[in-house]
Amino acid sequence: MLAGIVLSIISLFIGAIDIKPTDLLDWESDETQIFLISRVPRLMAIILAGAGMSIAGLIMQSLSRNKFVSPTTAGTLDAARLGILISMICFTNATFIQQVIFSFAFALLGTIIFMQILDRIKFKDAIFVPLIGIMYGNILSSITVFFGYEADLLQNISSWLMGSFTLVIAGRYELLYVAVPAILLAYLYANKFTVAGMGEDFAKNLGLSYRFVLNLGLTIVAVITTTVVLTVGVIPFLGLIVPNIVSLYMGDNLRKTIPHTMALGVVFLLICDIIGRVVVHPYEIPVNVTVAVIGSAIFLILLFRGRAYAK
Amino acid sequence: MIEIKGLTKRFGKKTVVDNVTAKIQPRTITSFIGPNGAGKSTLLSMVSRLLDADTGDVLLDQTSVKKWKSDRFAKRVSILKQSNYLNVRLTVRELVSFGRYPYSKGRLTDEDEKFVDQALEYMNLTDIQDQFLDELSGGQRQRAFIAMVIAQDTDYILLDEPLNNLDMKHSVQIMKILRKLVDELGKTVVIVLHDINFASVYSDRIVALKNGKLVKDGPTHEIINSKALREIYDMDIPIHEQNGCRICVYFNSHTHAN
Ligand SMILES: Nc1ncnc2c1ncn2[C@@H]1O[C@H](COP(=O)(O)OP(=O)(O)OP(=O)(O)O)[C@@H](O)[C@H]1O
Ligand SMILES: [Mg+2]
Repeated sequence: MLAGIVLSIISLFIGAIDIKPTDLLDWESDETQIFLISRVPRLMAIILAGAGMSIAGLIMQSLSRNKFVSPTTAGTLDAARLGILISMICFTNATFIQQVIFSFAFALLGTIIFMQILDRIKFKDAIFVPLIGIMYGNILSSITVFFGYEADLLQNISSWLMGSFTLVIAGRYELLYVAVPAILLAYLYANKFTVAGMGEDFAKNLGLSYRFVLNLGLTIVAVITTTVVLTVGVIPFLGLIVPNIVSLYMGDNLRKTIPHTMALGVVFLLICDIIGRVVVHPYEIPVNVTVAVIGSAIFLILLFRGRAYAK
Repeated sequence: MIEIKGLTKRFGKKTVVDNVTAKIQPRTITSFIGPNGAGKSTLLSMVSRLLDADTGDVLLDQTSVKKWKSDRFAKRVSILKQSNYLNVRLTVRELVSFGRYPYSKGRLTDEDEKFVDQALEYMNLTDIQDQFLDELSGGQRQRAFIAMVIAQDTDYILLDEPLNNLDMKHSVQIMKILRKLVDELGKTVVIVLHDINFASVYSDRIVALKNGKLVKDGPTHEIINSKALREIYDMDIPIHEQNGCRICVYFNSHTHAN
């Protein structure tokens, strides 16, 4: 928590243009304007995306009963992107709202299809399942690229291939606030998700309407993923590694772990973003690159030492 | 009262539970016995609504279990399945607390906490209540599951081979606690057992299944005799009386081919 606050402040004052806290005292200065138009929205976007993607991953892991299922490894992100592309093909000048709706519908559908696949396969190995998910995501991705190429929209969709906070300025990121009620809902239903995570038989024995909770969870995941993909793009691995780290030291009682998962997600993304901004200053490495590098390394560590625990 | 009426379940062409009719008498321990694959678990799953029957019905207080609302049903009937695979990292206490879910939806009241404490104590888990389930031995985990069901405090408690993985001391302890739940708190326990001596010593009634059919249903003393056991298990089992308990000495019995 404390780390989050410190990092937030650091994040506010790092960038191509130096802004000192004292500059802010002058309300009219350029620095203050940049601060309000770019830095503050950027920080908010990082916080919302970091918390959102981590919670989305946590819910997916609970509902699928597999530690390595997440928006990255279940096709959710790829489906959301395919949805955006389809909306752009269907309506030549797709409005933002149309993109949102399509992206959401595809993210939801794509995830449901993956859960169906998961239901059918017999061999539910902790590592085999995410591999299937990644393959499935790649198939969706190639469909996206194929149609994007055909329709000459590759340029457009490439901005969603890349997750980056560079383009986040006031007026372009507000959709992310839709993730706030979704996260709140996740917290309110935390106990239900934990019970659902114990499996259908346990859930039924305790009188939980399993189907309803499953559908609600997948909807929350789709909402969060859509808002993040449409505003900052694809941020891989976050929903995978953050909940796993928290689970290692805190367990899987969601009511307890949701606040920690959110906080760690934010801190992790802030660190990645700051690294991306500092390393090649005054230029930037897109955050999805830093997240992918650090995230995949942590993922591998989790895979190797966590094989026993993930079962 | 739970009434099982003409219950049938098929998997593919195979009839696994075949037109079973029985009544579970309130305030008793009823043991379900029978060979592997007889259909005991399937029957229990249908009674507890985890599985839908093909034909027939189960009535709880004269109302079909299908018509009960799930949260009300969860306060009347609880089930612990034969094998429980949990890959959720919960502490023992957290797991047992979720037994109170039908009442409190996860926000435990003081009363809920009392039930949880009691269940932990019954199952000898108080010392390890803060350990994670995946760090326990098989028997300790099994006791944690039983504690959860006890915390659920339902009138009907269905247990499918709960003595799996348990040492003698804990097996006896658990049977005694079930006896206490029935005699003092008026619960009704249905339990699947393979060790017929536990069935003989602790249960009031025995229901025997074989190849999906109900072959015996009656008070314990009518079932624990060599003739009835031969019908159920195709084994000649001598019976010794000891301090008023009938003990079946099956370890070196002559078996019949079937
Ligand atoms: N999901 C299923 N699909 C197909 N067949 C099944 C299924 N579940 C159970 N069976 C079959 O139904 C029969 C009865 O199974 P059940 O688990 O009820 O037996 P049981 O009496 O509990 O045996 P045990 O003492 O070994 O636990 C078995 O022959 C089993 O193969
Ligand atoms: Mg069985």
